[in-house]
Amino acid sequence: MRRGTAAERVIPAPLVASSRQRRLLAGDRIFQGLALASAILILLIAAIFMVALFLPALPAIRRFGLGFFVTRTWDPVRQIFGALPALYGTLVTSAIGIVIAFPIGLGAALFLAEEARLGFLRGPLSFAVELLAGIPSVVIGLWAFFILTPLMRDNVDPFLRQTLGFLPLFQGTANGYGYLTAGVVLAIMVLPIMVALSRDVIRAVPRALREASLALGATKAETIWSVILPYARVGITGAVLLSLGRALGETIAVTMVIGNRPVIAASLFSSGYTLPSVLANEFTEAVGPLYQGSLFYLGLVLVLITIAVNVLARVLVWRFSGSEPASL
Amino acid sequence: MMTWANMQADVAAPTTHEAEIEIKLDARHVNFFYGDFQALQDASLAVQARKITALIGPSGCGKTTFLRIFNRMHDLTPGTRATGEVLLDGHNVLSPDIDVINLRRQVGMLFQRANPFPKSIYDNVAYGPHILGWSKQQISEIVEESLKDTGLWEEVKDRLQRSALNLSGGQQQRLCLARALAVKPEVILMDEPASALDPIATLRIEELMQELKKRYTIVIVTHNMQQSARVSDFTAFMLMNERRAGEVIEFGPTDDIFNRPKDSRTEDYITGRFG
Amino acid sequence: MSRLLTRVLLDRFVSALIVLSVMLAAIPVLVLLLFVLIKGLPGMLAPGFFTSPPHPVGVPGGGVFNAIIGTLEIVGIGSLLAVPFGTLVGIFLSEYGRNRIGDTVRFVSDVLTGLPSIAFGIFGYTVLVATLHHFSAVSASVALAVLMLPVVLRATETALVLVPQSMREAGLALGAPRWRVTIEVIVPAALGGIVTGALLAMARAAGETAPLLFTALGNDFTQVDPLQPMGALALTVFKNALLPYSDLQDQAWAAALLLVLMVAVTNILARVYVRRIQR
Repeated sequence: MRRGTAAERVIPAPLVASSRQRRLLAGDRIFQGLALASAILILLIAAIFMVALFLPALPAIRRFGLGFFVTRTWDPVRQIFGALPALYGTLVTSAIGIVIAFPIGLGAALFLAEEARLGFLRGPLSFAVELLAGIPSVVIGLWAFFILTPLMRDNVDPFLRQTLGFLPLFQGTANGYGYLTAGVVLAIMVLPIMVALSRDVIRAVPRALREASLALGATKAETIWSVILPYARVGITGAVLLSLGRALGETIAVTMVIGNRPVIAASLFSSGYTLPSVLANEFTEAVGPLYQGSLFYLGLVLVLITIAVNVLARVLVWRFSGSEPASL
Repeated sequence: MMTWANMQADVAAPTTHEAEIEIKLDARHVNFFYGDFQALQDASLAVQARKITALIGPSGCGKTTFLRIFNRMHDLTPGTRATGEVLLDGHNVLSPDIDVINLRRQVGMLFQRANPFPKSIYDNVAYGPHILGWSKQQISEIVEESLKDTGLWEEVKDRLQRSALNLSGGQQQRLCLARALAVKPEVILMDEPASALDPIATLRIEELMQELKKRYTIVIVTHNMQQSARVSDFTAFMLMNERRAGEVIEFGPTDDIFNRPKDSRTEDYITGRFG
Repeated sequence: MSRLLTRVLLDRFVSALIVLSVMLAAIPVLVLLLFVLIKGLPGMLAPGFFTSPPHPVGVPGGGVFNAIIGTLEIVGIGSLLAVPFGTLVGIFLSEYGRNRIGDTVRFVSDVLTGLPSIAFGIFGYTVLVATLHHFSAVSASVALAVLMLPVVLRATETALVLVPQSMREAGLALGAPRWRVTIEVIVPAALGGIVTGALLAMARAAGETAPLLFTALGNDFTQVDPLQPMGALALTVFKNALLPYSDLQDQAWAAALLLVLMVAVTNILARVYVRRIQR
């Protein structure tokens, strides 16, 4: 066979595998095996993770069973532990957080995705929201502890009592620490998620749809109300659920402003407890397997709730993006 | 010209032809499947050494699919299967005991879009030789030689350590060619190598092909009939059949295909009646 | 009032609401950062803040040297565990993960992302603290590593998937084995995204407090032995804030400022790095 000058220097290897080439292919198998092993290892870690949450809770699960969820008492002295106050506090504070963050977050998302008039504000605002997401929760807690609680005690709470005091929600004395303050803190903390996710969902609304609406003579507000929001509804629900998942599990900042009392009160001014804040607050002083076990039981409940909320949210978001028309 | 008619009819016995004809790559009755879908049906092609063979046809006719079988690039797509034979110097590259790594070393490839690695110009060309474990001295000689072979040396010799991504589109494609040449292949497969280039850069690539065919066997896929007519020695015309599987309709010297097509479908395509 | 006028007024009203909500969303950030800066800066500039450990209550002065060392060491060890491992899993997902195992890993990683950070503390406590019978920095590192993993691996996967398929083919067409193409071509091409993911994960880990309560516990003395309890900036902020001593509260603000600066610098580094890579 005739060969050009360039190839002359190199003797072609035979096409049938040589030992050197086999080694190279063995490298492929080893590398793939290594990557697969790492993937399996992470599944293993996740399994250990769940076991590690479950095992230490066992003493309390054995003792209290499902009655744990309906017991209002949390009394380390008498060794009676019930999750109801913390469960209630978690749900109430998260609900307040979402109720405040939802309209603001949706509005901000509409601005970032839709509003053209003040376009120069878009960059800085996106940046500010991203910045907020990066601030550690203990720093937000510190700020809330020293700045927000006095503000709530001296201004916001009295104002609410005066205007909406006929509702049981806004009655009673307020010392600044309690459900409402914790709810405001949670609102601040979930706002970045709310804004970022809703913005992406709204941006995914096909351009042709909104243009069609505007071309029919609808105003911007009418287009938002009758075209954009209905279209983005499922995705926005997913965003709310993911925000809720974050709010339910937020620990440190809430612990610093919730007041840390195992009570159930109708008034939002009242001190209370949340699942993670009981853990954070009492863990170091918990002695005895039952007390510790009850704390871990709370932790387990918290994790199961957040997993449920997150999975639901992801299924919704996935459905939304999965059924989205590719392009118009 | 009887030779070529014979070759088409009797691809199983190409070695019986005159001594100066050397068949480098010989595809025989190749079928190709994506899962249940058959994308190629009974495709045969005898590629002569140190000539340029072009695959033409309307888009979707399976020419790129056919090309990628020659160096087993289809292995990368899960669920694909090729049957039949593709002989490289008499070895069937489709057989399971073939050394794919070495096959690809001998059958290089140039892609539709220039795809230089995000590395320096030097490292792009040196990558193949580096994998083969050649010495530093050897590698630097080969880098220079390959860049000279593609006409890039004078343009880049002062900035070999700069990122390859700073080059123009045409330069990038020639760099990719140099990268392919650096491992000393015998066959170079080109998948519409000029489709993303401007006319001047395209001309440059075509001139290079004429230069390179003195030493290498080239198979090029192109959707551009003029290009095929300009550069190739042999042309295969492919078409989708009624079940959407690609077939080789006619294969022969480029001159014959364009001026004296035997099949009416080839003639229709050449004269622009469809495609 | 005509119907058209009503519609236009309503439109204006909605626009105003939207602008108002943007203001409301932006105010907390500004207020927060302003307060942390104003209240934290004096404490940060006080002598000994960076260089000495805390003084006993009542003795003036003292700093957070122990916590700075602690945060760096805990996050450092955590990153050494999480970044190589997470990157490898990301490579698996992108290069070999279009199957059931890959989907399972993605799902598990998404679940881990959504877990409250305190859960990672419980994990670290049960797996390392309870078994070794004492609190330790390394248990905190392990907890934070698991917290960082999903961030690192999804960032790696996303970055790798963005590398054009033809880049892989070009490498393979040269006769390179797949693993070398992955390590020498594909991973370098995606390095910007991978490094950004790692830095963001580190920034998040550095700011976490809840996992540390169950693992590192805190330590007022400067400790470098990873098997001993260790202080951390986030713990200093949390604990000092709740103490009734104004000088310690000032130190909490200063530590908070330092923490925010560390997180911000890490984030900025990530952005700058990406920009440099892209050039």
